[in-house]
Amino acid sequence: MKKLLSVLPLLAVVIGVHLLTSATDTMYYLTQMTMSAYYSLLIIGLCVLMGYAGQISLGHAGFFAIGGYLSAALTTRSLVPYQDTALVNLLDSVGMILSGHDLYGEAMLVVSPWAACGIAVCTAALIAVIIGIPVLKLKGHYLAMATLGFGIIIYRVALALEYFGEADGISEVPPFPLLSGLTISGNFSDRIQNYYIAWGLLLIGMVLLLNLMDSRVGRALRGIHGSDEAAGAMGVNTSRFKLQTFVLSAVFAAIAGVCLTHYNGGIGPSEAGVMKSVRYVAIVAVGGMANLWGALLMGVVLNFLSLRGVFGSYDDAVFGLILILIMLFAPNGILSLNIRHRLKQLLRRGKQDREGEV
Amino acid sequence: MTTELFIQYLMAGITYGSIYAIVAIGFNIIYNTTGIINFAQGEFVMFGGMIAISLLHFMPMPLAIALAVIITMVIGALIEICFIRWLKSPSVLRMIIITIGISILSREVAVHIWGESIRSLPYFVGNEISSIPVFGARISPQVLWVVAASALMVIFLGIFFRTTSIGREMRACASNRKAATLCGINTQNMVTLSFILSAGMGALAGCVMSPITYSQYDMGTGLAIKGFTVAILGGLGSSGGAVTAGILLGVIEAFSVSVVPLAFQDAISIAILLIILFVRPQGLFGSKEAAGLSEF
Amino acid sequence: MKKFASKLLMAVMAVSLLAVPALAENIKVGAILAVTGGASFLGGPEARSLEMVVEEINAKGGINGSKIELIIKDSAASPEKAISFAKQLIEEDKVLAIIGPSTSGETMKIKNICEEAETPLLSCAAAEVIVNPVASYVFKTPQKDSFAVKKIFMEMKKMGISKIAVLAGNTGFGKAGKQQLTDIAPEFGIEIVEAEVYDKKSNDLSAVVAKIKANKDVQAVVNWSIVPAQAIVAKNMRQAGWEVPLFQSHGFGNIKYVEAAGAAAEGIIFPAGRLLIADTLPADNPQKALLMEYKKNYEAKFNESASTFGGHAYDAITILAAAIAEVGNDRHKVRAAIENLKNFPGTGGVFSFSAEDHNGLDIDAFQMMTVKDGKFVAYTGK
Repeated sequence: MKKLLSVLPLLAVVIGVHLLTSATDTMYYLTQMTMSAYYSLLIIGLCVLMGYAGQISLGHAGFFAIGGYLSAALTTRSLVPYQDTALVNLLDSVGMILSGHDLYGEAMLVVSPWAACGIAVCTAALIAVIIGIPVLKLKGHYLAMATLGFGIIIYRVALALEYFGEADGISEVPPFPLLSGLTISGNFSDRIQNYYIAWGLLLIGMVLLLNLMDSRVGRALRGIHGSDEAAGAMGVNTSRFKLQTFVLSAVFAAIAGVCLTHYNGGIGPSEAGVMKSVRYVAIVAVGGMANLWGALLMGVVLNFLSLRGVFGSYDDAVFGLILILIMLFAPNGILSLNIRHRLKQLLRRGKQDREGEV
Repeated sequence: MTTELFIQYLMAGITYGSIYAIVAIGFNIIYNTTGIINFAQGEFVMFGGMIAISLLHFMPMPLAIALAVIITMVIGALIEICFIRWLKSPSVLRMIIITIGISILSREVAVHIWGESIRSLPYFVGNEISSIPVFGARISPQVLWVVAASALMVIFLGIFFRTTSIGREMRACASNRKAATLCGINTQNMVTLSFILSAGMGALAGCVMSPITYSQYDMGTGLAIKGFTVAILGGLGSSGGAVTAGILLGVIEAFSVSVVPLAFQDAISIAILLIILFVRPQGLFGSKEAAGLSEF
Repeated sequence: MKKFASKLLMAVMAVSLLAVPALAENIKVGAILAVTGGASFLGGPEARSLEMVVEEINAKGGINGSKIELIIKDSAASPEKAISFAKQLIEEDKVLAIIGPSTSGETMKIKNICEEAETPLLSCAAAEVIVNPVASYVFKTPQKDSFAVKKIFMEMKKMGISKIAVLAGNTGFGKAGKQQLTDIAPEFGIEIVEAEVYDKKSNDLSAVVAKIKANKDVQAVVNWSIVPAQAIVAKNMRQAGWEVPLFQSHGFGNIKYVEAAGAAAEGIIFPAGRLLIADTLPADNPQKALLMEYKKNYEAKFNESASTFGGHAYDAITILAAAIAEVGNDRHKVRAAIENLKNFPGTGGVFSFSAEDHNGLDIDAFQMMTVKDGKFVAYTGK
């Protein structure tokens, strides 16, 4: 667990940001910091899949949506009409049902947030396994298209089913009480604890992935990225490793979806859209593909700016431009650019040119 | 199902199918010379339609369409020269991401030039309500233009690649780039040419279908996904396969309306694609060897 | 270095001198609109209308001497952005009120946020759930769907139509309309025999038109959507040689859709606010002067025809301005002032708010219209 130490500076930064905003009376920044942390949780998961295992996924917004939508629907849609069915009774007997009354005094019967979260994340993992087995056999464009197609199907289903609210999505999703005193909710009064819940989750995720990448699994994955065949010849079970990474990243995405949905109090079809998936890929690419710290940094910075509306009507354009520029000039990520070195090189070249003219 | 309804579904399917097929052929031209899938293909279609509509204020329609096709070809060439040409053996992943970026940027450029509203070219013959009876069903005359245009494109490409020397050089590039270079063919120029050709095809498609589907800044993505689906169904790189697969998918979509709610239509065509990818990644009509060494 | 520092200091002072007096008096109004993305045909005209009205107000010296500072945030129709922006506008910019969002889904996500923060929200989205149940700080300016549905059904009764087909786009607007149509139909003895939902980006709908045409019971088609595809429905129906009456929703209130449908738009019957037929209204109509002015100014400024969508934002900002003029820059008083606003003419109708009704429009806000020779005209029956 030596990687535990490496995230300590980050923990310091997290606390520092809190203290700084509280000292300058700008606590409102924490709202977008919290949302960005959840998106970054998805992004570091995708980073392992894309950067280390070398498998592109243009459908990760789909897993985020599975998590968010299922958790939202289960904790919001009333089960009163199905009160006496076997399934509801079964769920009730294991304590997974919450009953009570809503704001307008109507009887309410919904799945409890913990149970809903569990169901949502398990479903995402299960779908990842089912989809992953055939999809990960594909390569290049075929892989890109298959994952893109998966994302589109999830988007279509969310948009077509009344259970998921069609175009309006699901609103008035209740808060998610994690432990007594710790609740994921968007209330202005719960902001500080939510900031720490989100960043706490992100830090745990980060430690987990850093350790994983440093272990035998990580080396195997890098081998797969380098050459599937070579890794296979060395006795690495490539398809199993790829699948495990795929499922892991799907679980990260689903957890992010569950938490952000309860934090926002709702979810809409835009969370499942193709542009979202493309955006996640863009951020991983900017961070440098096989660079967890880069992905984390870029995930937080770019999401934070986007959620604050800094890019205005050019939001998508900015991400498109970033994608192109990074892939053209710095395919290893923005952090790989040794700017001073490059500048020196340029200067030297300029000097040589001038000398040449003389 | 009555014959009339059957024919009506069939004609609707052929309309969708021809549109998908033209987009898919655009994909194939570039794929064959470069091994790249150009995710910005749909944007060529959008540019073609939009530019022709803008030019219509200044000149008669045939001229506007011709000029729009030429302008889009220039755009295609510029994209290749600016973004693709100078990359040294880029990875597939990198190329996918770059072309997605180009697609997003083109869309944003379009919305800031033309705004968010829909536009369309006038019907080439007749107007919005004219239709031709076919075995009891009725179809718009514009559908015939779309079908004819896609048929002409396939024939044109066939002749171009088989009989002209440039066409043969492009084919050489496709089958073995190294060998082609050794034979003194400038492969880089061939790649630029494939972008020009593909942009022209897309633009023409954009003009012909504009009266039916309208043109809007964000029409490209949807078309690109359908076009790509069809290109894979027909076997990447095969024009004949693209046409057959396009019509097949269009007809399946049209008939699916009678059994499944329309809201799931897109999900069905994507599901078909996934199944094909899992079972026969080389496409319905492609063979494994042909996937690597394909005819146009 | 010293020189630079002093220069910097001077620059900072100059900027703050310019900025401070202006900031002290400004009234901040936030707007969350889908200027780009899938609902840009709503958000675009809405944002332009807001900019125009605010410019006019400020050119006249503002409201009681204070200028309005408009902060428009582009949500691209994504709820998560709307949520983030709403919190931002409320806490950081400390706006007096928020106008928008453009879509029902987004509005429902921030309804509770605005209610909790006691910041008035004037939504430009159509769904009735926004104001039913009533949240004390949440208002909406577009007319209620249920009134539009009732208007259509009343017309159908006159025409002797009892079996209909319903088509709807897969947007929040289409969803809400389909719901109202289904709920209200039995009241009028009307039966919905076919119902389909199409994608907002549909290119061609001839297959689904063929499907519902095959059902010989269908006496009329109601199409409920707000997207360009509604012009395609009209074209495909006429191309199929199907002559049953086509009813559209108030989402058809944009002359661009008529132009897009061309000859196929002739004879479409739909309810809408009177903006579209402003020039033919009698001179004593309370809305006439305002409608003509909005239309003239909007069309002169942006070189595109005014639509009822932009009108919803126009109504929101003029209602807000009227309330501010009455009670000043205080959001609790402004909320109460809006609730007490009576007989206020807007583009959507004449608004009379109350504690129970945060929409303020009645069924007469709608007028049945049709398309004749490519223009909107009042519908007077056959």
